[in-house]
Amino acid sequence: MAFERHRRLEANAVLLSLLTFGAVAVGGLVLLIPPYFLTGTIEPVAGVTPYSPLELEGRDIYIREGCNVCHSQEVRPFKTETDRYGAYSLAGEGVYDRPFLWGSRRTGPDLARVGGKYPPSWHWLHFHNPRDVEPRSNMPAFAFLAATELDLSETVHKLEVLRSLGHPYSDADVAGAVTSARAQMAEIAGKLRAGGIALSPVEEHCETLAVIAYLETLGRALRSEPPARVALQGGAP
Amino acid sequence: MADFDVDETYDMGVVRGFALSALIWGIVGMAVGLLIALQLAWPELNAGPYFHFGRLRPVHTNVVIFGFTLGVVFAGSYYAVQRLCRRRLPSDFLARLHLWLWNATLVVAGITLVLGHTSSKEYAELEWPLDIAVVVMWVIYGVNFFGTIARRRERGLYAALWFFGATIITIAMLYIFNNLERPVSLWKSYSIYAGVHDANIQWWYGHNAVGFVLTTPILGLMYYFLPRQAERPIYSHRLSIVHFWSLIFVYIWAGPHHLLFSPLPDWTQSLGTAFSIMLLLPSWGGMLNGLLTLRGAWSRVATDPVLKMFVVGLTFYGMSTFEGPMMSIKTVNALSHFTNWTIAHVHAGALGWVALTCFATLYYLVPRLWHTQMWSQRLVETHFWVATLGIVLYVTPMWISGVTQGLMWRAVNPDGSLTYTFADSVAAIRVYDVIRAGGGAVFLSGALLMLWNVSMTIRQGSAAIPAGGVAPVAAAGGR
Repeated sequence: MAFERHRRLEANAVLLSLLTFGAVAVGGLVLLIPPYFLTGTIEPVAGVTPYSPLELEGRDIYIREGCNVCHSQEVRPFKTETDRYGAYSLAGEGVYDRPFLWGSRRTGPDLARVGGKYPPSWHWLHFHNPRDVEPRSNMPAFAFLAATELDLSETVHKLEVLRSLGHPYSDADVAGAVTSARAQMAEIAGKLRAGGIALSPVEEHCETLAVIAYLETLGRALRSEPPARVALQGGAP
Repeated sequence: MADFDVDETYDMGVVRGFALSALIWGIVGMAVGLLIALQLAWPELNAGPYFHFGRLRPVHTNVVIFGFTLGVVFAGSYYAVQRLCRRRLPSDFLARLHLWLWNATLVVAGITLVLGHTSSKEYAELEWPLDIAVVVMWVIYGVNFFGTIARRRERGLYAALWFFGATIITIAMLYIFNNLERPVSLWKSYSIYAGVHDANIQWWYGHNAVGFVLTTPILGLMYYFLPRQAERPIYSHRLSIVHFWSLIFVYIWAGPHHLLFSPLPDWTQSLGTAFSIMLLLPSWGGMLNGLLTLRGAWSRVATDPVLKMFVVGLTFYGMSTFEGPMMSIKTVNALSHFTNWTIAHVHAGALGWVALTCFATLYYLVPRLWHTQMWSQRLVETHFWVATLGIVLYVTPMWISGVTQGLMWRAVNPDGSLTYTFADSVAAIRVYDVIRAGGGAVFLSGALLMLWNVSMTIRQGSAAIPAGGVAPVAAAGGR
């Protein structure tokens, strides 16, 4: 009788532990290993490029502040979602995303397609106090980002680490990371001034600029696609 | 409490240490939970860089899961394994090292999370130096636990030990593989997995953190402490066998139900759904084995608040493990995913099943560890009712809130355009956030009653222990 044999197993701690490990290992092996080898798991998406140094720093600030705790970056293939946010998410978009930031809860709206949706000056005001642009928002104010100078001391090393993981940064990309970040920061600062924002010397080099640079990349690869039904219906974002 | 080595036969000092630490971490974690619940309703309560929702939410989850729950699991499993094997833990030093390394890791975890050092992966937020500390701590736990089993004086291993053993083995596997990352600096690393692969492995881990931190070890506690408290043997040994093996085998496959409709391959999502639905049966096997243990002893449940906690805990377990498979069905998930329904589901399990079972375990342990009786039995009864009320006040509004969000996000006008803006849905659920915070406050106040009751119990127990000697059990009268 099977249950009697199990009595013997209960007296054999080593075998019991090995069988336990076997039982929990099977599911993981089946779910985790094949996706690395099956073609079609990741459809290539044209236009997906590694993050620029400033965008990468912005992404790391996004992670540091836990933005992913409240904002998903995963548009599901429903008409109501593509109407609200834009094209649904593709696996190929995430090949340079370490870690992935799909999120699990929409306390705030999905951000996978937020790039290009608002001008940089909107983001600037929104970070300063979200309720200035949306009175019903419950997002924390991130004014302190504008008062914090962006730390670029690790940027070169970050690119080196990502290159060792397979991100195609050239030697010139790595060596010029800080220069590139400064140039992109100046570009965004210029857009902010053009949008009527007066920047203090600290704000010219602040963390907010990096986060804006990162948000502007979201959905970049799929932006070339036609906007489809959204514009026709004028649906609320 | 002054003398940690009062018990000569078994190492009860380390059990006392874990029991007390767990209770304190529980109150810290729940208090942070209350704060972030209030922040959702009143965003002005977010403060500066360190104390806003984005940084505090991982503090809440890590402290209640790995501080409170695991603390009770360590206490309960060390108590049970020594008795079930009739052996002292192999090394008092390793047991103390486990206790202090775990407490130190939690302190540093709290500080670094507030400072923004996070890997962002849910329930695996800690950065790489802490991951290493966690693995070392876990290996020490394994050495203590399996070392006791290896030197046991009992032939057979009781079901509770299978569940604790499965926890140790599986969490080691999950934690190590999900946290493989390449360090950039002391507090920054990049995952070795990218995009869809990272998501796949994260929810293999994330779902099974629920399975093997919040389910199997809690079942281990239930298997040992419920029969002891009820003074009756477990209902069915055969049911233990069937539901143990099916539970640990099936659980691992269910992770992709967190990624339905995502870019994860369809076959993976379908497997996740199928195994999630199957998971109902082994889960209910555990619930029934617990509840049926009380056959013929139901009259005792009416008078014993600790049994009440076990019974309501098991009931919530049954309810959550019905709800979970239902939410894994794609049609339901399309509505529930990304909404507060998930928060309701998690807390029905975490407050109803996990916390009530942990409270019951602590109420069983504390009087025995300090050689006395609970200072106030009436406060235990009050705690049971306060906790249950808190759970209802928490979960009900979150259910309504989640369904409201799901329906508003998908609502369309006759011409096909979206009816509501996202901000409309934020405004619509605010009232439920307020009620939920109230439910959380009620639940926390129950835990504070427990802290008071336990403190008074320890004071009265310590007084009853003669210096350096073994106190006569139940010498001191409880109120």
